[in-house]
Amino acid sequence: MNQTILTVIDNVPAARDVFKMRLSGDTSAITRPGQFVNVLIDGLYLRRPISVCDWDEDTLTLVYKVVGEGTEKMAAMTPGTKLDILMGLGNGFDVEKAGDNPVLIGGGVGIPPIYGLAKRLIAAGKTVTVAMGFASAADVLLKDELEALGCTVKIATVDGTAGEKGFVTGLLNGEYSYSYACGPIPMLKAVFDTLTCGGEYSFEERMGCGFGACMGCSCKTKYGNKRICKDGPVLVKEEIIW
Amino acid sequence: MVIDTRINLCGVEMDNPVIPASGTFDYGREFTEWYDIRCLGSFSIKGTTAEPRFGNPTPRIAECASGMLNAVGLQNPGVDVVVAEELPNIAKIYGKPVIANIGGFSVEEYVTCSEKLAACDNVGILEINISCPNVHGGGMGFGTQASSAAEVTRAVRKVTDKPIFIKLTPNVTDICEIAKAVEAEGADGISMINTLLGMRIDKRRKKPIIANVTGGYSGPAVFPVALAAVYRVYKAVNIPIMGMGGVSSAEDVIEMMMAGAAAVQVGAANLINPCACRDIINDLPRVMEKYGIEKLSDITGGAHV
Repeated sequence: MNQTILTVIDNVPAARDVFKMRLSGDTSAITRPGQFVNVLIDGLYLRRPISVCDWDEDTLTLVYKVVGEGTEKMAAMTPGTKLDILMGLGNGFDVEKAGDNPVLIGGGVGIPPIYGLAKRLIAAGKTVTVAMGFASAADVLLKDELEALGCTVKIATVDGTAGEKGFVTGLLNGEYSYSYACGPIPMLKAVFDTLTCGGEYSFEERMGCGFGACMGCSCKTKYGNKRICKDGPVLVKEEIIW
Repeated sequence: MVIDTRINLCGVEMDNPVIPASGTFDYGREFTEWYDIRCLGSFSIKGTTAEPRFGNPTPRIAECASGMLNAVGLQNPGVDVVVAEELPNIAKIYGKPVIANIGGFSVEEYVTCSEKLAACDNVGILEINISCPNVHGGGMGFGTQASSAAEVTRAVRKVTDKPIFIKLTPNVTDICEIAKAVEAEGADGISMINTLLGMRIDKRRKKPIIANVTGGYSGPAVFPVALAAVYRVYKAVNIPIMGMGGVSSAEDVIEMMMAGAAAVQVGAANLINPCACRDIINDLPRVMEKYGIEKLSDITGGAHV
């Protein structure tokens, strides 16, 4: 973890109400896909936690949905804007557990951390299937980018305007070595009930600090009380209490 | 100019008056990943109760103008784990005496926790929280009436010789009356202010954001409220005050001390900038010089007219 100033390179629409922001700066604190950063935004008090979509040595990519005041202000940021960011927060996904053919499941704005994970799994020689669920075709996110990595990408939309009509669980008809999921809780629960293989699930909660100090985002697990920001956001299947 | 930031709080020597407030610093461990916490004057540990508590359901946090709401609800592992595990770990990572913050739902619970925590070598001061706005049937209930505040103080006083600070809520008609009542029962000092009761509503869901409906408002927005309360209580009692409420900078520390605080706690700022207290401590000499202050402890109450 560290506190760093990053500079916005570009900030462009990526889907309906979704933006992709690239920033330059020191990303050395990020160690795993599925971690997040906590962004200080002018005029707001609490930092805004945003999942890491991708990173390299000096570039951070965030893909975020405009859902409130903080992300509205982010969407209006122009290249050159400097941001005070706490980097490398949370535990992230464990790529070592993937096995040969993992499945990655994402719902809506839960897709961005799945991208960073897929990239590292492909680099490790895995056969990666990505199953993504959206409300509608206008919300489809990172499909081309995931295909370009070499993933098999399956899509479901609630209204049937892209991919199969229905929910992401309808796409999970293969045999997989392991699973990684990020999305709304009802989706995570449905995936949990559908898949028999082991897996890791990334959760979301309103946070105070983002680094384990305030107990604002606590949850109960079979392994005791955990903080989504510090002990999560990724929980393993065995420990989750729904 | 020779700058002296040291203070002595009821016999506990501190290198400076900067103290992370309870609930914003856990047991110190998380902050060792950000800076060397041995620079702190002291710190106040997470509010401790007799039994382990998970606290309130989430969401527990909401954004506000220049501040935040929290309704954590005294999550803690219980006094026995704090004594057996957390305080020994604090001795390793911090070394100096800390402030043991104690919550409770009955007078007996305050007494039990106080006895156990006072027996720990690295507990310098007990801070009795009779002002948590986020738990029902306790906490703030004791702090809103002079008689019950006095009763808790009297009971805890009987079981320890270590300094007792009573942490007061601003959510009362007259905080001075309560401060005087705890002073009369032998409190060594006052910690103030706890958070102000507040709420936010999620307009899309038409529901309160905080699952507990209300939470405690803290952050820079409450600083003037805290300052006025400290100023008034300083006039009303003859025991030292640990002043807190929105303190975020060395400038705020000086101002809080001029209002009457002998030491200053920093709360919400730690959550926004994990290095907030270190930065304040590093900046103190510069700000002291700016105002011509050589000995920081001399300015306590200096603004009183």
